[in-house]
Formats: sequence, structure tokens, C-alpha cells
Amino acid sequence: MNPLALTDTPVASPHAHGGGSVGRTMRRVQLALVPATLFGFWLYGWPAFFLWSATIAACLGWEALCLRLAGARAVRATLWDGSAALTGWLLAMTLPPWAPWWIAVVGGFVAIVIGKQVFGGLGQNVFNPAMVARVALLVSFPVPMTTWVQPLSVMHAAAPDLLEGLRIFLGLHPVPDAITSATLLGHAKTELARGVDLFAVMGQGGDLVSWTGLRPGSLGESSTLLLAGGGLFLLLGGLISWQVPVAVLAGLAVPAGIAHAIDPGHYLAPEVHLLSGAAMLGAFFIATDYVSSPNTRAGQLIFGFAIGVLAWIIRSFGGYPEGVGFSVLLMNAMTPIIDRYVKPRILGRDRRGRPLDIPAREAS
Amino acid sequence: MTEITAPHPSGLTLPAIVLSADGEDAWGPLTPCDDPFALDPDEIARRVLDAGIVGLGGAAFPSAVKLGGARKAGVHTLIINGGECEPYLSCDDRQMRDDAAQIVDGIVLMLRATGAGTARVGIEDNKPEAIAAMRAAAAVQPAVQVCPVPARYPMGSEKQLIGVLTGIEMPADGRPADIGVVVHNVGTARAVRAAVVEGKPLIARLVTLNGNCMKAPGNIEVRLGTLAEAVIAFAGGLKGEGVGLARRVLGGPMMGQQMPHWRVPVVKGTSGILALDADEVAAQAPDPCIRCGSCVQACPAGLLPLEMSARIRNDALAEAVDIGLKDCIACGCCAFVCPSRIPLVQYFVHAKGELAAQERARLRTDATRKLAEQKRERVERDKREKAEAAARRKAEREAREAAARPAATPAEGVSA
Repeated sequence: MNPLALTDTPVASPHAHGGGSVGRTMRRVQLALVPATLFGFWLYGWPAFFLWSATIAACLGWEALCLRLAGARAVRATLWDGSAALTGWLLAMTLPPWAPWWIAVVGGFVAIVIGKQVFGGLGQNVFNPAMVARVALLVSFPVPMTTWVQPLSVMHAAAPDLLEGLRIFLGLHPVPDAITSATLLGHAKTELARGVDLFAVMGQGGDLVSWTGLRPGSLGESSTLLLAGGGLFLLLGGLISWQVPVAVLAGLAVPAGIAHAIDPGHYLAPEVHLLSGAAMLGAFFIATDYVSSPNTRAGQLIFGFAIGVLAWIIRSFGGYPEGVGFSVLLMNAMTPIIDRYVKPRILGRDRRGRPLDIPAREAS
Repeated sequence: MTEITAPHPSGLTLPAIVLSADGEDAWGPLTPCDDPFALDPDEIARRVLDAGIVGLGGAAFPSAVKLGGARKAGVHTLIINGGECEPYLSCDDRQMRDDAAQIVDGIVLMLRATGAGTARVGIEDNKPEAIAAMRAAAAVQPAVQVCPVPARYPMGSEKQLIGVLTGIEMPADGRPADIGVVVHNVGTARAVRAAVVEGKPLIARLVTLNGNCMKAPGNIEVRLGTLAEAVIAFAGGLKGEGVGLARRVLGGPMMGQQMPHWRVPVVKGTSGILALDADEVAAQAPDPCIRCGSCVQACPAGLLPLEMSARIRNDALAEAVDIGLKDCIACGCCAFVCPSRIPLVQYFVHAKGELAAQERARLRTDATRKLAEQKRERVERDKREKAEAAARRKAEREAREAAARPAATPAEGVSA
């Protein structure tokens, strides 16, 4: 009889820990999202707040149900590890701010049940759950998913008050036509399809590009500065590496810059691409998802750059005005392949895993 | 003879001898050396062997073997490991501050024994007092250079230290002697001096006592074989009589080993005795891997700990080896940074043990198969020999019969 079995469970070294935890990681990412989220509330009013709350609640609800059905012993601990809430939060950020309640519920179902739990739960999913849900919603319900509203700060007279906001959220009150709008990417896409070149489009829609985020768009995608600030917080805190966001933005800006230089009438300028749609949110918060992105720095560069390029291709040539969600999913599928071929070099071995040659010794 | 718990996490017992002290604490007759620096290299190695000196950094490899081997391999640089990098441990630091002159003497003797031209003492740059003391002591010895190295765990690991001090990356299947270096610990150098100059065998070592539960943390010279229990009692015991003690560890927190109780002896490789409380251990049930890659970034050997542990969990040990399991130095960096607190090192230690067991089993089957084959061959040979003997006898008999009948056809076999 091993006497250790009587006294203690055998534990291998190390006997100390750096103090990190999954919950802590998730909470810090959520913290980084707070400024852009609050700005989204201010910009789009009460309906946005209700939508955000409902999406997170839906994700938590579906997660709890799945864990119960799976017989997960620590339902409470797993439910509150912050991962489902973060998925809901990220999904909400990508939704049209005045989307009705059922978008939140269906989105939560797709994200958690189809995007995450069917793969085996936390850490097992191949695709980013929030992007799975966003793309599924966009493809299934194109009308509510592309009903954008003009930014009306909560202080604005025409902004809906609490009750009005609730009615819009519950779908009892249709979004007034007067305040619907188009995003720049959507506007440019339609105009180009009609044969109008971008010189004319930019003249009318120039105010749709904005550093400050005062433009129609998804709940949490508009303010470049706040999203980049949150991303910087994650970078400085060591939660994400610079490789993914920089590569995504470069992958978007480089082909955009080349194409725009060649034919400015048909291709949007690189800064327009960077300041529109989900570029910033995608680069700092979506593509950096640990589970569905490569493990090595080199792999992350390839992954990120490909996301950027694919997003530009879809935006420029595809049927949808926005492409970050699609390109993230496409590259998620490539992650296992990238991880298979891009590995760190083992100390004392060459890239193929063979031991290094013993260096020739100078005569001493 | 008696049985005592081995200083190993298995908690298994080993035979031990019990020495009872006479309370005199006096040395027997010693054989000091008047002119140690003129000794023959082989004589130095012999004295080191007689003194029972092993590497005091923890691996406890016989030092005399290493000194002799280095001489044969023709090493040019002796690296002295003062890069004690485990948190909590400070015994090497303490020795360098207090006994720098003795350590430098030991280094000079080791230079002679190994035939190396220069010695580089790597000391982490977070130990300024040790660096100053060693520099002062080495000032008169131009062959001994004191080199501060970055205080980054695992700097005390041989490969890492060699890389920083010489700029050479050790080939995976190579040994330091292949690139002309040999590595010894500072404590070993001090023991070598005591053995060669004073003729004293290695009967004690400096041990760090630490951990939140230790009443008086510090460094203490401990006679080998002393029970950890007695050392702790001597140093004032545990806080609150051990209430709140979560883990007993021999060695450092990153690579040390958990003990089932304190009645284990201090041996030559025991660098620390740690009494850790629950906060320090921070043990809790692991969460699922979120593939954050922290372990990949932290691994000093360039491995993919998360991929290796996933393969080990699926019993695909061969695949784990393919992606580098055998290059793991068990430094603990991956498990330290893992936000899911997955006991990665435990997986790797388990897998290495499993592989070793498989290897032993394979060798055993190979041996059995070889024996069976040999037996089959022997049986066949016997059969063949018997048949041949029978044929020979038959031929002889026929020859005799033929000789008896000379009139028979003699040209039968040579007609062509």
C-alpha cells in the first residue's frame, strides 16, 4: 500500500501557481469591452441596452440548459466561468442595436448550443461561437439583421425613452423609417451595384466614416478608439498578443490600399475599411479568441492576415457588404491545419525535429 | 538496518542505517593536503570520489565521474551554476555570499581536474551581493570569470545556462562535453575544496527552509540523513504547530517533490524543505483547456504543452513523443501559467514513466523472444547434428560394406 494514498493525493510539481484562472481571463476581456459597450448604449439608447442584456441572458440560459442535460457536475462553477457571458456580450456587440428580442434568443441558441456545446463545451469548439451565431442570424434573418438606425444619443429628443425602448425591443413598435439608415459598407455596395462609382457615393456618405463612432452600425462596433483602447488593455495585460490584431488590420488594409490606389472609383480606401464594420472588434476581440485561433505567434500572424485579406475580398467582391464574420469562421476552420504545420522550434533541434549538429570546436 | 521513507513522492521505504551520535561532534583523522593546487588531476578526482561528492544542484550526479569525463572529452570551459532560479530557494546565494573564497578555490581545483582553461560562474542578476562577493574572491584568479545572467526561470537549467553563457544551443541529443563545456554547481565547488584541501568527506549540505508555514525561514547546514522533521524542529518548528499546512515539499516549488510526511531524510540532492500553505499551493480542480497558448509561450524548450497533454490524455504516447515529450525538462513553467490549472507536468511525468515501463516490457519480451529463438536454433541444430551423425554413420557403414565387397561397381559416383 502506498502510504501517500492514505495522506494526500499525489501531486507533481510545480507547487506554486501564477494565479491566473479562466474566470479572471474572461472577466478582463469583458472589462475591456465596457467602454465601447457604454458608448453603444449612449449612441443607440435603451433598445441597445435591452438587446445586450437579453443576449447575455440568453447565452447563460442556453449554457445552463446544456450543462444540465450533459450532466455536468459543476453546473454553477462552469456557468459562471464567464465564457458564456462573454460569448453573449460579443454577439450583442455585432447585432443591429435595435434588433428585437427573439434575435437575442435565437442568437444565443446558435452560439451556445450549436457553436459551443455540441463540440463538447468550453475549449472544444472549432468555430468562434459568437461569429457562428452572427453569421447564422445574418443569413437566416437578413431584414432585422440589416436594419440599422441612425445614431441618436440618449439625450436627443427623438431618442426613445425607457418604455419606448422596451416596446421596440419587444417588437411591439416598429423601428420608424425616419431613423433607419445604411452603413457605409452597405451603402457603397448598393451604389456600386447600381453602377454609381465611389466618388459620388463618398460625397453623400462621407459622414458614415468616423473615428469617433458616430455612425450607423452594430451595437458595439462603431467606436474605433474605444475598441482599440480595450484591445490595448488586453495587450498590456498579456491576455492577447499583438500578432493577431496587427495581422488582421494589415490583412485588411494592405489589399485595400493597393486596390484603392489602382482604382479609387471602385475600391474603398484602406482607412474606410479599418473604420467600418467589424474590423476593430474583429481584430482585437473576435479573431483573438483563444479556442479557435492558432497557438503559436507565427501561426497567429498567418491566421490574422488571412482573416483580413478574406474580409477585404468578401467586402469588395462578395454578396455581403461586411465580411469579418465570414472570414473569421473560414480561418477558424483552418486553425487546426495551421497548428499542425506551424510549430515552435524545439530547443536543441532544427525545424524538422532533428537534433542540431554538434558545433565544430575550435582548437583550444 | 531499518526501513525509512524515501525522499520521493512515492512514499515507498528504503533500507537505511541508523547512526547514533556520541555528542562529541569531532572529526576523525583527516588527510589534509598541504599543496592542493599542485595535485595531479587524477588525484583530485580520486579525492572527490572518496569524499562521496555528487552534484549539489539537485541532480546528484557523481562529481568525480563528471570531472574525469570532462578531462577525457577535452573540455575548454567549466561552467559554474550559480543560477539558482527556483523561487524560495536561496542556499546557493547564501553560500556565494558567505563562502566565496572557498568556492573559488574549489573552482580552481575543478579547473585543474577537468583541464578546462576558463571557468564562468553564471549568477542571476537579482543576486547582487553574491555577484560582488564572488567577483571579489575571483579577482586573484584570472581564469575564473563571474558572469551575471538574467534572472529568468529556468536559468539554473543546464541547457539554458550554457546557452546564455556560451551562446551555443545544446543539440537535443548532445551532452555539454560535446560542445566543450562541463557544468558544476557552486555548492559542489565548495564541497570539492573541502574534500581536496581538508580531506573532509561530504557529510552535510546547505538547505533552505521556507514556505508560509515555516516559523523561521532561512538556510541551515544540515548533516546528510537528518530527518526533515528534526531540521524543522531545530529551526523553530512550524507556525501554529502545522495548522494550515497544505503541502510538504523537498526541493523548490517549481520542481520539488511532495512528501507524505516529514520523517524523510535530507539527502545530497535536497536543496530545500518547504512548508507551503493553501494560498501558496493554490491547488484547485482543473478547468478545461481553453487553448490560450500561455503554456506554449512559457515553455523554455519550445514545446506545445497543451498538445502533448491532449495526446497523453488520449493515450497517444507515441504522438506525444513525436511532438517533443522527451525534450521536456519538467521545469513547471507551463503549469505555473496555465489559467485552467491543468497539472501539465503531472501528465508529462506520468507519460515518461509509462514510456519507461513500456520500454522495460519491450526489452523483457525481446529478451524472452531471443531466448526462445536460441532454444529453437539449438533444438534444430541438435536435430541436424543427430541427422548428420546418423547419415555419417550410415555412409561409414556402407563404405565398410562396400570395402567388404570389392567386386561391386566402383565407378558409380564418378562416371562423369
